[in-house]
Amino acid sequence: MNPFAYTRVADVDAAVAAVQPAGPDARFLAGGTNLVDLMKEGIATPGRLVDIVRLPLADIAMAADGGLLLGALASNAFTAGHPLVREHAPLLRSAILAGASPQIRNRATNGGNLLQRTRCHYFYDLGVPCNKRVPGSGCPASTGIARQHAILGATADCIATHPSDMCVALAALDARVHVRSAAGERVIPFAEFHRLPGDRPDLDTSLQRGELVTHLYLPPNRFAAHSTYVKVRERASYAFALVSAAAALELAADGSVTDVRLALGGVAHKPWRDLGAEQLLIGQVPGERLFTAVARRVLAKARAWGGPAVPEGLPGASNQFKIVLAERAIVRALEMALAGVPTNTGEDAFRERGHAAEPEATP
Amino acid sequence: MEPNSPLPLTLTINRTEHRLEVEPWVSLLDLLRDRLDLTGSKKGCDHGQCGACTVLVDGQRMNSCLLLAVSVDGCDITTVEGLSALADAGADGLHPIQRAFIDCDALQCGYCTPGQLCSAVGLMNETPPENAHEIRERMSGNLCRCGAYPQIVEAVQRVVLHRSGQ
Repeated sequence: MNPFAYTRVADVDAAVAAVQPAGPDARFLAGGTNLVDLMKEGIATPGRLVDIVRLPLADIAMAADGGLLLGALASNAFTAGHPLVREHAPLLRSAILAGASPQIRNRATNGGNLLQRTRCHYFYDLGVPCNKRVPGSGCPASTGIARQHAILGATADCIATHPSDMCVALAALDARVHVRSAAGERVIPFAEFHRLPGDRPDLDTSLQRGELVTHLYLPPNRFAAHSTYVKVRERASYAFALVSAAAALELAADGSVTDVRLALGGVAHKPWRDLGAEQLLIGQVPGERLFTAVARRVLAKARAWGGPAVPEGLPGASNQFKIVLAERAIVRALEMALAGVPTNTGEDAFRERGHAAEPEATP
Repeated sequence: MEPNSPLPLTLTINRTEHRLEVEPWVSLLDLLRDRLDLTGSKKGCDHGQCGACTVLVDGQRMNSCLLLAVSVDGCDITTVEGLSALADAGADGLHPIQRAFIDCDALQCGYCTPGQLCSAVGLMNETPPENAHEIRERMSGNLCRCGAYPQIVEAVQRVVLHRSGQ
């Protein structure tokens, strides 16, 4: 790790004041579970860290309108276990508990989760080009090993995916990101927070330099009884998603859909929403055929990337399988939401499987 | 402040207060192992992927390789060396989870064991798990290259499920 200066601040004003004049290589440090790792790898080389982890931004509370306020510095574990989240946003709990490990969730913060970088292995390898690290240097992933990579919204310049599970639920729940800077406060709708790579794959988010995420706001919702987070990955736990899907339904007395949310993880540079596909469900009585139509609509413009699936393998797009996998994950998530099953993974799903010491294959 | 200057740091480690001067880029794991000779916590991957460095920070399990020591200034740290001094240590001087790992043969090479033990004690401070499947998931932040998982789950189950009245 490169030498750097370190400052601890007592309040939000001091944090914003400390990072702004310190120059372009000053960074906020919260839980550090991603930033410290990036610094070890030499990918992040800040000249100064402004430690904000103990700022009073760790509360979870109900807003006056019945929505939820989630402090940017509340840990992922605290957030997932909070009674208000369990009651009003069980989808968020499911998504958080699908990601990382208990040790990381105890330290990682909500604001930091939004700002974590892709886990593209070419991004992490300083020995190869990467447009996200060094703009204009190239993207070996787009013709390389691309199992973890995008099928939607990518370009040949960058096929990285956003790695978060939590953000997929936040996208589905129409979260808003509240930020502070020396210029004042700003609210960013979640759909505008993360970017597609476009011609600036080095930029992950629309956050401006010097802006500090203070809290997230979740509007009131009536999805608690019918929401699901489905995650498909290479092993049963502690791995990033190949594909994940957050689905939430609000049903009328006659069983028809009055409101719906669908968001995907592991498939794009940002959590993926398709409002047109969601609209196909409004007013309809849901079922598998309709869910399949929705999934196909979401994936209509999907395309595979990458070369051989393994270095010695035959030529071909190594993440072609994810298009089919995503279709099935969407259908499964909508079916589970309809049935009121909150997740296929994480401690809540494993607990349901009972007491035998040796579990079977991945649920 | 210049980048190279060490910073004052106070940590309580295994019930002993340490007043230190540490550069800001030193991880808690490196501080424990290289400067305080507490080599029980292991550096497996140094990237938060294996759990061998797990310690308790104010009772919560965390990966010490991903923590800058200066960022946990004032915290209470428990490493594997300090587990036996926690409540419930038996006449053999071992924490019940250490006794259970021995009784269940829950290790082969032992490299992951300090992290497994600290993680299990951290688990005991959280919502009690209900069954073995849940324990397996909630211990998934600790890898074991020898594959002693069935015995590890059994050992944790003996202590954790017993404690929660099941």
